[in-house]
Amino acid sequence: MGIIKTDKLVFEYIRRDEEGNVEGITRAVDEVDLDVKQGDFVAILGHNGSGKSTLAKHINAILYPTEGAVWVDGMDTRDEKDLWNIRQEAGMVFQNPDNQIIGQVVEEDVGFGPENMGVPTEEIWERVEESLKAVGMYAYRKFSPNKLSGGQKQRVSIAGVIAMHPKCIILDEPTAMLDPNGRKEVVRAVRALNDVEGITVVLITHYMEEIIHADKVFVMDKGKVAMEGTPREIFSQVKRLKELRLDVPQVTLLAYELQRKGIELPDGILTVEELTQHLLQKYHMK
Amino acid sequence: MLRDITLGQYYQTDSVIHKLDPRVKLIATICFIISLFVVKNWVGYVLAAVFLAVMIKLSNVPFRYMIKGMKAIIFILLITVVFNLFLTPGEVLWSVWKLKITKEGLHTAVMMAVRLSFLIIGSSVMTLTTTPNSLTDGMEKLMKPLKVFRVPVHEVAMMMSIALRFIPILLEETDKIMKAQIARGADFESGNLIKKAKAMVPLLVPLFISAFRRANDLAMAMEARCYRGGENRTKMKPLKYAGRDRIAYGVLTAYFAMCVVIRIYL
Repeated sequence: MGIIKTDKLVFEYIRRDEEGNVEGITRAVDEVDLDVKQGDFVAILGHNGSGKSTLAKHINAILYPTEGAVWVDGMDTRDEKDLWNIRQEAGMVFQNPDNQIIGQVVEEDVGFGPENMGVPTEEIWERVEESLKAVGMYAYRKFSPNKLSGGQKQRVSIAGVIAMHPKCIILDEPTAMLDPNGRKEVVRAVRALNDVEGITVVLITHYMEEIIHADKVFVMDKGKVAMEGTPREIFSQVKRLKELRLDVPQVTLLAYELQRKGIELPDGILTVEELTQHLLQKYHMK
Repeated sequence: MLRDITLGQYYQTDSVIHKLDPRVKLIATICFIISLFVVKNWVGYVLAAVFLAVMIKLSNVPFRYMIKGMKAIIFILLITVVFNLFLTPGEVLWSVWKLKITKEGLHTAVMMAVRLSFLIIGSSVMTLTTTPNSLTDGMEKLMKPLKVFRVPVHEVAMMMSIALRFIPILLEETDKIMKAQIARGADFESGNLIKKAKAMVPLLVPLFISAFRRANDLAMAMEARCYRGGENRTKMKPLKYAGRDRIAYGVLTAYFAMCVVIRIYL
């Protein structure tokens, strides 16, 4: 069993009217089976309302399954005695950077998690230092979070999670409220964590550019897993992605359109370099 | 622009007073305020003035910052002085129409003015030299014994520090909503007070909604980071008394003892 595993996970939101009568039931997550291996970089894609955030909240035991089950490192999230262990092992970074920073100074915020876990004072300082260095925010440790840019705030949030020494990090659209530069900063920091520290990463996003380095991609639609595979496998199905209302990266789209016009290219081109190389090869062959 | 306002009027500089433990400063401020009501004669006030002057000197904060705090209470100060001056019965010094200034009135008026201004300046010394954060920490630690009476000390301190963190964010948001509404023709400036207050309603509604949403998000983020109240929690920056804090307590005790002695023997 991998670090994160879900078995036929179902979650239903129950809408009630003012008297508390059930008005309707929305199935946000519908029989999802997920198996994430330790050390993997997994991306979950989906447009708004596809159930990807709801799924993420199950891994951190913020929501509990209506049906099915979720295991984190072999612990069932419904088991109350493991609740804090699960939250420590599966750290979570949310969308809005302002609404998840608790401390008034960067270093204090990073220390918040370890403080809650009862880590001794000296060790907290060590953890804060190493986590801030891991995301490249050590120089800002004495700053007020209000003085930082969005990307910097998100990196502080990530450091706050790393300081708890988790086995995996779930990032719930961490870049949705950032500008392109901030997005790059955050994605770079996340990739470094996965490569250098070997932390399992579950990145939830609707930006295609962010998932090209993932080991595995899940595409969600209407609560179900609609597609599953490596980025290349996913991006080779441009038509299917468009049906799911998702944009493909510009290069992939260009390659796809060239293909349709009769130029022979392999499916699922992900980077500019790749496309140039293929085109150059063709050019020299002629 | 709105985000530039400083809270708790902390003045950033390096001094002995800045370095003191917040608990020492809190207790010292309370003792100083009590001492102002313990002493009753000129000798006592001179002593208090000297004590205060030394503290200001040690704090390295320019005196005009202390005076700033006075502006807020100048009105109360004037009322107190005027009432005491004219309404205290006693030996008449000077009278116009029905108003009489008495010797006793003059005495109490001056006393009250001195007391009030010392009180404000004294507490300014504390707020100017202590960050709101360490002030909250100090209060939490000082009030810990109240836990026996089921006072949620940790929770209150946590709420205070979160409030401090979110004030600039909410101010910025207010600014944003205001601008968005001005852009669509809302008028916050003209009209009388009632009209202006009414114009604020459409501003407050979205602000409250967003504040609740933020609170919900923040609570979730805190839980996700294993927050479960004050139990078994360790501190990243625990408060520890250093040598200078003990000296400060010594000085404070000496000052307070002198005030009591002056009260009894002079």
